[in-house]
Amino acid sequence: MSLRAPLGEVLGRGSAKEGVHHWWLQRLTSVALVPLSIGFVVSLAALPALDYATLIGWMRQGGTALGLVLFALVAARHSQLGVRVVIEDYVHAAGLKTLALVISDFSHLLGGAAAVYAVLKVALGGLL
Amino acid sequence: MAERPLSPHLSVYKFKYTLATSILNRLAGLILSLGFFLFVYWLVALAAGARSYAQARELLSLGLFKLIYAVLIAAFVYHLAAGVRHLIWDTGHGLDRASAQRSAWIVACVSAVVTVILIYWLLRPGAYAR
Repeated sequence: MSLRAPLGEVLGRGSAKEGVHHWWLQRLTSVALVPLSIGFVVSLAALPALDYATLIGWMRQGGTALGLVLFALVAARHSQLGVRVVIEDYVHAAGLKTLALVISDFSHLLGGAAAVYAVLKVALGGLL
Repeated sequence: MAERPLSPHLSVYKFKYTLATSILNRLAGLILSLGFFLFVYWLVALAAGARSYAQARELLSLGLFKLIYAVLIAAFVYHLAAGVRHLIWDTGHGLDRASAQRSAWIVACVSAVVTVILIYWLLRPGAYAR
């Protein structure tokens, strides 16, 4: 019989010995995405048109660029964490599961990096 | 080893609308993950210049995309509302059966209303035609 409390057994553990890290990061990104995603939708919906000039002008405002970078980074991480759980739950063949996880992780990293690069390229104009 | 709770074994549960709110939240999240890559494509096309954006806009203005935007809006609003419900649960509140059933209805009603308003506002004929 162990005298350790049940909580002490699981803290910092889990199959990857990472404990609640994934869970916590999912919550942290959720909380951040509430204002970031609403801000993105409202800011976009407030634009009079979606033509090139309007959007470039919009993205060159400091607040928009910062908001878009934060939104893209946090959304990419949140999406990656969420897709990981879905793959782990529903893809049962070991090889296929690993392949799907690697593809998902790489795609999200690439997507996040591409989004940040695109926003900075527009926001910094000729500098980049 | 003690019996541990297992999840998700969908087939052992009797179907109830609270179950639907959970699986719909996953589905909405997956749809939004695809939407994220559409967002990235849009940003990259925009950053690549006026001509590349004009081409992307031609594609993104196809009738099919109206349907895709409607689905993305519905998924976004639902995932946001259901996500806030989960965050409230994480504080330890509202976990009893009656509260969970009530909050399921609140999430469904709020997200239905907001979805209709947003779809009308963003996809109404003539919006963003320029």
